[in-house]
Amino acid sequence: MRHALLRHARRWIAALTTLGCAGGCTPEQVLLLHPAGPVARTERDIILLSIGLVSIVVVPVIVLLGYIVRRFRDRPGNDAPYQPDWSESPWLEVVWWGIPIVIIGILAVATVRQTFALTRPPAASGPPLTVQVTSLNWKWLFQYPEHGIATVNYCEIPVGRPVEFVLTSNAPMNSFWVPQLGGQEYTMAGMAMRLWLQADKPGTYYGHGANFSGQGFAHMHFRVIAVPQPAFARWAREVQAHAPALTWAGYQRLVQPGLARETAYSSYPPGIFAHLVEQEGGMYMKHPAYGTD
Amino acid sequence: MNLEPTYATHFFVTGDPMIYAADVSILLVSAAIVFVLTYFKKWGWLWREWLTTVDHKKIGIMYMIAALLMLFRGGVDALLMRTQLALPNMHFLQPEHYNQIFTTHGTLMILFMAMPFIFAMMNIAVPLQIGARDVAFPYLNAVSFWLFFFGALLFNLSFVIGGSPDAGWTSYPPLAEVPFSPGPGENFYLLGLQISGIGSIATGINFFVTILKMRAPGMTLMRMPLFCWSVLATTILIIFAFPVLTVALALLLIDRIAGAHFFSIFDGGNPMMYVNLFWMWGHPEVYIVVLPAFGIFSEVVATFSRKRIFGYASMVASMMAIAIISYFTWVHHFFTMGAGPGVNSFFAVSTMIIAIPTGVKVFNWLMTMYRGRIRMTVPMLWTVGFIPNFAIGGASGVMLSVAPADYQYHNSYFLIAHFHQVLIGGTVFGMLAGMYYWWPKMFGFMLDERLGRWAFWWFNAGFYVCFLPQYVLGFMGMTRRIYVYPAHMGWTEWNFISTLGAFMMGVGFLLLVADILYSIRHGERDVTGDIWDGRTLEWSLPSPAPHYNFARIPVVTARDAWWAMKEARKRGEALPDARPLAPIHMPKNSGLPFLLSLSFFVAGFGLVFNWYMLAVAGFLGVGLCLLLRSFAEDKAYFIPVEEIARTEAALGRV
Repeated sequence: MRHALLRHARRWIAALTTLGCAGGCTPEQVLLLHPAGPVARTERDIILLSIGLVSIVVVPVIVLLGYIVRRFRDRPGNDAPYQPDWSESPWLEVVWWGIPIVIIGILAVATVRQTFALTRPPAASGPPLTVQVTSLNWKWLFQYPEHGIATVNYCEIPVGRPVEFVLTSNAPMNSFWVPQLGGQEYTMAGMAMRLWLQADKPGTYYGHGANFSGQGFAHMHFRVIAVPQPAFARWAREVQAHAPALTWAGYQRLVQPGLARETAYSSYPPGIFAHLVEQEGGMYMKHPAYGTD
Repeated sequence: MNLEPTYATHFFVTGDPMIYAADVSILLVSAAIVFVLTYFKKWGWLWREWLTTVDHKKIGIMYMIAALLMLFRGGVDALLMRTQLALPNMHFLQPEHYNQIFTTHGTLMILFMAMPFIFAMMNIAVPLQIGARDVAFPYLNAVSFWLFFFGALLFNLSFVIGGSPDAGWTSYPPLAEVPFSPGPGENFYLLGLQISGIGSIATGINFFVTILKMRAPGMTLMRMPLFCWSVLATTILIIFAFPVLTVALALLLIDRIAGAHFFSIFDGGNPMMYVNLFWMWGHPEVYIVVLPAFGIFSEVVATFSRKRIFGYASMVASMMAIAIISYFTWVHHFFTMGAGPGVNSFFAVSTMIIAIPTGVKVFNWLMTMYRGRIRMTVPMLWTVGFIPNFAIGGASGVMLSVAPADYQYHNSYFLIAHFHQVLIGGTVFGMLAGMYYWWPKMFGFMLDERLGRWAFWWFNAGFYVCFLPQYVLGFMGMTRRIYVYPAHMGWTEWNFISTLGAFMMGVGFLLLVADILYSIRHGERDVTGDIWDGRTLEWSLPSPAPHYNFARIPVVTARDAWWAMKEARKRGEALPDARPLAPIHMPKNSGLPFLLSLSFFVAGFGLVFNWYMLAVAGFLGVGLCLLLRSFAEDKAYFIPVEEIARTEAALGRV
């Protein structure tokens, strides 16, 4: 029954967004409703479930309001019943305490279940790839410990393989968000936080910092390019072979406030990520979650 | 004072034509005010009647005027932002201006618009509704107002002196720490909020005691008007939530001016601690500003349906439930900070639970109208307009509480649309309903209904045009606090529509101001004191009420006390009040609250610029004012019986 409800909701929302986007945008641009991976899909489904559940209350309220305001208007000759002292009805009270409790109960169960589920990697189809992400003022640095390469303001990932993004920051906190792959997580200095994402089809996905971090914040978008596994391996080899190395001095320049172009590096100074996380003694990170360099 | 040689260029904000224009207009308006007061010899009147008053009705009016002014400035900020966002990659504002404007907009609207507006309504209505002659601590009430006033002044001053804060109204460290926000802007934010915050805590205590201790004989708690219940719930929230903000702001200020590391990025600081403290206040704060609106809607809906409020006990229970549960939801403002699934689940479910009592209230308002006789006056229009607004805003709130879904909504325009819908649709609609409803009680004349309707429809329609597109923008991945956006994302149309809506709301606000100005000359005079055929005690008094409110304290026998008295009178059962008049004990006016708060302002200004001598001078002033007050003997007086009799006779009441 829940699935039938979801299917209906999906159809309705597709119709509505098509209508709403008549002005020039396309339905595919409604990123939250066009997930490209299992995490974003799970989140899309629970969003649709919540829309369906809240509608059970919202729609009757608005309809009822329209009816009551028309029917009981203070007009001469209005023959609607008038009961100025009618102000208690235990049965009605049970109804509108009860219905929201049931609705919230259903939503709460779904919420708790998915909250726990999303901390685990999506259905594995291969060993996960770890990508270390550092937000800087005002750019994104991606490190691939498995390949020893790094990129700025874009990253490539293999399709169909779970990606473990490990997030930190060397600047005021930001938030890492790729809507079509899944929800966001904050990047904070001295902490490493894990976000599981996965792309199911090849494509270029829009990513943006979601927490304000100063002057250049509006320009902190990045691309996540999902390609099939062989193409990904080829890309990584190419970067290792042809891209310049990120030196310590180069990294210090990246940390300075400013904007940056998309760049790839064949190597990076060892330990910069671990250093960022551990320089405060890693006091909030009881379980190292950031892989190894 | 260690003034740098570059004093003028650092002190005054320079280089921006909009700010120069603001400088000029501030000077012109100030000169005009000084001229008018001098020309009409009104300085004495201003001092005696307003600056030194301890009368809750006048303090309420001053709060309301301040709130409307701040609504204007916050609204202009909003229009500037919406103009910048109307099309992609606009060059209307620079990023630093845009950042200052959204920071100012948020701070002003929550702390210097919503807060004084609820304090205005509390001051105007609560003592009259419970049959009291003033609040429990009238002098403290004046202190609260002037602390708010000078806190707001300090914050607003940053626009032309020193530079506005630009780290967002939430002012998260490490961004708000010195390395990333070196100017005085953040100090203005911290000190402005701190000074007005002291006033807010005092108001919370004041009205808590007033409601518990000053009710007229016979007015049991369960006979109180629902607005008083809502204020009681709000004061409980204020008393326990605001001290947390005080601590958070104080620690951040110590970081900034004394080089401590409570929230710094390295050296052992923990920025997340600030985020927790901020929202431990911040979430109750949302209910602090919305509960009094619920109270006003309850009063308005009963009066204009000519019917008792439906499910009174259930309304009281739901408000108290909201007051308590709202302390257990703060983490939902940062589900995505990695608290772990257990914590997120707890706060997701507690947030959903709070929707239940809120939903119950909506049904009770509907049932109050059901089988009533609905008069569509302007206060009722704002109330009826509120219900669909709040239903949708509440629904999007429940959607946001679903933690996994929040990973997609967080900091997106979906969130922006949600909280504007509940804060405008709830608090602003509620305060405007209250303003129209109690205006005749405050001033003795009504606001024009025709202009009021125009204002409502422009504002209400503009609201949907402005904010519904923002829900869609959130689904399309647009994040908040960006001053430009790319053209290829499909966001342009929705942003453009949203901007149109914002300007429609602006037209609505201008019509509201026009209504006030028009009605001062042409508004219908209220000669009965009960122009709406009201149900609660404030309508038993003349409009405006005499400064002692009640010549004889009423004796209450039922809920909707005034309605019951009127019914008894219709049945011929009520006898005229035969109790003899007695002298009335009243507090004396005092200039000390004004001077005390001015001293706080001086101290705050000194701390903003690290001018410690000035800060010390300010704090000495504070100490002196406190000392003077503790040795003051002559703090109250009695109004003689003859004067009461004369006043009552002049008001047509014998």
